[in-house]
Amino acid sequence: MIEKNFDVVIIGAGAAGLAAAAVTARAGRTTAIIDRERYPGGILRQCIHNGFGVHLFNAELTGPEYAERMSRQCTAAGAKMYMNCTVTELKRREDGILEILILSGKYGVMRFTAKAILLAMGCRERNRGNLAIPGSRPAGIYTAGAAQKLLNMTGMLPGKSAVIVGSGDIGLIMARRLKWCGIEVKAVIEIMPHPSGLTRNVVQCLNDFKIPLYLEHSVVNICGRDRVSGVDAAPLNHGMPVMEKAFHIDCDTVLFSVGLIPENELSVNAGIILDPATGGAAVDSSCGTNIPGIFAAGNVLHVHDLADFVSEEASRAGEMILKYLDGQLAAATIPVRAAKNLKYVVPCKCCPGEKCVFSFRPLIVTDGGIITAKTADGREIFRKTVPFVRPAEMLRITMDVPANAAGIFFELHPKEVLS
Amino acid sequence: MIYDTAIIGGGVSGAATAWWLSRYQVKTVLLEKAADVGFGVSKANSGIIHGGFHHPVSSLKAKLEIRGNLMFEQLRHELGFPFERHGILVAAFSEEEMVTVRKLYAQGIANGVKDLEMCGRERMLELESKLNSDVVGGFFCPGGGTVEPYCYCFSLVEAAVGNGVDLQCGFEVINGSYNGTYWELHSASGNIVKARYVVNAAGLHADTVSKACGAEKFTIIPRKGEEYLLDRTSAGRPSRVIFPVPSRHSKGVLVIPTAGGTTMIGPTADAVDDKDDTATTADNQKRILSLVRNMINGISERDCITAFAGLRPVLEGSEDFYIAPSQIVPCFIQVAGIQSPGLTASPAIGEYVKDLLKNAGLKLVEKDRINYFLPARRTARTQTPEQLEELHREDPAWTNIVCRCEKISEAEVIAAIRRGHTTVDGVKFYTRAGMGRCQGGFCGVKIMEIISRESGIPMEKLTKRGGDSRLITGKLGSLGVK
Repeated sequence: MIEKNFDVVIIGAGAAGLAAAAVTARAGRTTAIIDRERYPGGILRQCIHNGFGVHLFNAELTGPEYAERMSRQCTAAGAKMYMNCTVTELKRREDGILEILILSGKYGVMRFTAKAILLAMGCRERNRGNLAIPGSRPAGIYTAGAAQKLLNMTGMLPGKSAVIVGSGDIGLIMARRLKWCGIEVKAVIEIMPHPSGLTRNVVQCLNDFKIPLYLEHSVVNICGRDRVSGVDAAPLNHGMPVMEKAFHIDCDTVLFSVGLIPENELSVNAGIILDPATGGAAVDSSCGTNIPGIFAAGNVLHVHDLADFVSEEASRAGEMILKYLDGQLAAATIPVRAAKNLKYVVPCKCCPGEKCVFSFRPLIVTDGGIITAKTADGREIFRKTVPFVRPAEMLRITMDVPANAAGIFFELHPKEVLS
Repeated sequence: MIYDTAIIGGGVSGAATAWWLSRYQVKTVLLEKAADVGFGVSKANSGIIHGGFHHPVSSLKAKLEIRGNLMFEQLRHELGFPFERHGILVAAFSEEEMVTVRKLYAQGIANGVKDLEMCGRERMLELESKLNSDVVGGFFCPGGGTVEPYCYCFSLVEAAVGNGVDLQCGFEVINGSYNGTYWELHSASGNIVKARYVVNAAGLHADTVSKACGAEKFTIIPRKGEEYLLDRTSAGRPSRVIFPVPSRHSKGVLVIPTAGGTTMIGPTADAVDDKDDTATTADNQKRILSLVRNMINGISERDCITAFAGLRPVLEGSEDFYIAPSQIVPCFIQVAGIQSPGLTASPAIGEYVKDLLKNAGLKLVEKDRINYFLPARRTARTQTPEQLEELHREDPAWTNIVCRCEKISEAEVIAAIRRGHTTVDGVKFYTRAGMGRCQGGFCGVKIMEIISRESGIPMEKLTKRGGDSRLITGKLGSLGVK
């Protein structure tokens, strides 16, 4: 069995893992990145559309180009990449050393020890079974990401005419991709009264191609014996399908783009506590979990809408890991909570007097909202106007944390209510 | 060539019959219309090995159920499929239900079921801490358990084939005639099989096959059962099979700790018209969830990873099995109406059918050499790191994990393909690859590539489960757009 020791081990070589590894390796810390796939980049590799790197590289890159830049930075900085490697176990030993078990066709079984570990495993797609969409189980049902992989990585077509369930970003991107391949896209069906994906994707992937988007509709049946023959869709009234108004759409393919779930089974088995609102680890402002030395960043922490923001968060986690290794990490003592109109806030603890980035998911749609922060005693310590609020789009602010606060509560107000 | 016996139907009844016959000096062929064995009724079975207390011992099904149950220990030992004798708890939540519980208990005792134990509330909670605390009482049947029904079916067939039985998948019998010496069975695709004896174990289609062979006219009514599968991390997973107090028509909606480590809730029991109708419905999902939460509160729809439905082949006008020689045509054994507890009874059904064939004149002489044991099947999931290291030296594919959710190695996938399971569902049911929480979202394409590489079937020709269940409709550019 191969045994190795590193300062930092990073699990996952996607937009998060690569960004963090570049930071820790550049600082001279021995760094290993472990990933299941053959090449680094994670899901970026199947995202052959552009729109990556605008914030980070000031350039319009495709997913593979973005991945290429990130992984070059890593290798140049001296990070070791272990590809085709699956981490099967993660634990903190009684002596405080972090240990992971790895399986790979090339190396067999490996045991790595590390002073710090970054969880950067990303997320998985919610699928038909998770929603228990009724109907038969023929061939031709894919998650949007699986169809994307099939099409972009193997050059195979999943069908000839498709209905896309859910208007998540991958579904929107795939609607356009299918259209470009000559596959008819009959409809995108969304249960919410607003799209789940970015506005720019609704415009560029649906509107520009005249693909109908049915808001407040749900798929109530999938038909077909061997291969999908169609779906039944119905409008919703207070969340319940109005069956009298159900209609049939012929298609041979159904793609699901109904949300992402941070992939944390490894973390849970290691004893890491999750935040039920995000599905990711409950972390402090250093991206540190409840287990000393284990950090989390990117989509495994909370689902982002832009790869650039994933990398940015992970770079910050990399900096924090360096501080941790130097014994310079301040204790996060102030609890942070999301209140009115916010689904969650990351992190859930911060340090007195630090400059901290907070990320939120709004629960409301408004063209102009105000984010406020109050202390436990009701004192307002922060206020910022945000022009465009959509549940699909993450909100981020940077705030100076006061030196004395027993707790911080964030709220989101539609502008008109406050003014 | 003329076979001694042709068995129509590769579900657990047909497979068990083939396995029994494979010990004798007779030439047997197993005919299955689907792309793989167990792809009909068997694969969607709840997987319960019943205790033998649900039916009065006067019925054939109860006799075979009790005998079948007792055979599973040895079968697992010989064939190595996943089987756990978790024990069954029948849980009552009112004094009224306790009346039925006492009756069932008495029936079990009368049937000769071993080690049944009446339980008060405290004992119930001691035996299963996940039960809701308002449980009133019930009884415990330690002999009950669960198997993975498809694995069990695959194992029976593998063992039968290993002992000389021929298997033909994709053989749908549309016509059969007896010429005084042997039967000629014609398939939908124009093939012919000749055999002196025929066993009709065609499940849902036993009525059609019987008619096509000029034998008895009866009707099989599909009774649908919907099931929901929960992730192996579900907090509601019990350590025993939890039964409610049964109603007249059904054993009720259960909470099942599957032998594969997940939790299953279901099944419903609704008669349907269409033998292909395995659709699930929103109403039944709600109903199942609310029924099982009455027993175990920890069950959450958030843990649901997939839903499916199976059809029980119910003989019209009877709740019993119909296993008997045809009274109309010669050398033809009917094995019909094998609904619950057919899976439990199946090893005993095979033995019973073997004896019926013998009575009908089939000469059964034991072979000199019988391979009782299937080579032990290893899985990466159950190996220690040291064992995996050793397996890796044998074949590096052992440490290449293909399915992350169920931790299935490439070596296991390749083994399935080499045993003839070349559909995506075949590989899934044989290995569990794609059966976990992502439901093939991550590994689906990888598995298709491995099947294509190992079997030589081009990607465009791969199917989910045979027939027209094509997964890919063409290559990029084939729709006239580059």
